[in-house]
Amino acid sequence: MSGRLERRAAMAMLLEGRADDLLVVPGLGSTTYDLAAAGDNPKNFYLWGAMGGAAMIGLGLALAQPQQRVAVITGDGEMLMGLGALATIGIQKPGNLALIVFDNGVYGETGMQPSHTQSGVDLVGVARGCGIATCLDVADEAGLRDLAARLKSLCGTLFARVAIEANEPPRVLPERDGTVLKQRFRAALGVKA
Amino acid sequence: MNVQLADWPDILFATLKRAGIAQVGYVPDAGHARLIERCSADPGIRDVALTTEEEGVALAAGASLGGERAALLMQSSGLGNCVNMFSLARSCRFPLLMIITMRGEWEEFNPWQVPMGSIVDPVLKLCEAEVYRVTKPEEVESATERAVQHVFGDERIGAVILSQQLIGKKVWVK
Repeated sequence: MSGRLERRAAMAMLLEGRADDLLVVPGLGSTTYDLAAAGDNPKNFYLWGAMGGAAMIGLGLALAQPQQRVAVITGDGEMLMGLGALATIGIQKPGNLALIVFDNGVYGETGMQPSHTQSGVDLVGVARGCGIATCLDVADEAGLRDLAARLKSLCGTLFARVAIEANEPPRVLPERDGTVLKQRFRAALGVKA
Repeated sequence: MNVQLADWPDILFATLKRAGIAQVGYVPDAGHARLIERCSADPGIRDVALTTEEEGVALAAGASLGGERAALLMQSSGLGNCVNMFSLARSCRFPLLMIITMRGEWEEFNPWQVPMGSIVDPVLKLCEAEVYRVTKPEEVESATERAVQHVFGDERIGAVILSQQLIGKKVWVK
């Protein structure tokens, strides 16, 4: 499909030269597999459920760890299930949170049924309307490079929609035990419960 | 101990402070109004207004990942909004402290509050949450302390239920 980025390449480019202070929360399904494919890291908190919750997990984490940067990298379907979170984050304005939506216009996990974005729902417009200061619509490699650079020097809440090809690369399945994911994440951050 | 009826939100606030709560998520609620005011006014607490209660379940999980303690304030009607998101707390054993004001159980004018209000206890039980019910002001502190111990000591879900007898009935005609 022209005009859209390949998801695995996009994830790899965003995380190229990943800094030690970048914490990543993907959504359940494809973005979790994409993140695992880009290389496992204890500072990834993979989701296998909790649909609609990725952005808010990112907010709680960003508020608790103001010295770190948090990237939520989720899909359009997952973001649509928790759109209210954009309003909540829009008024909290954490300086260290980036919300990145890989928008392929379909629900890949359940058989490629169309999502609302395919029929014109504009996530960038929603984010802007919720008061998120920097809202980007990324549709090519140059835009992705710009986004990757912004991730490295995040200042202010950022929202980016990345136009992604509706393909289904082979799944790369990370750890599924939530308690293991939680404990290793905390250990990497050096925090206790 | 002689606890005045109007004091309980302040006692609850002090108990949450002693427990080291740093983030408080809430959907605006009459029963929680004073507690929300106290949290908003405290520089040591980040108060996060939510559009729906399930956002708060995810917020608390993120806070805990980052080493902070959170509490989620809601009305009983909001509990139903959270049920699938509880899978986050249950699958990862994230501590989740909920303070729930009851509707639909006692002197309730609005019958639409009854369907959710009447199933709060069984829903919490099914979601593996411990329930700490409060009907008198003098029970607020000890119930909250026990909930805090369970939730953060054992990384579990706990709910302090503030009954309608405690809160008083909502005035509908002004």
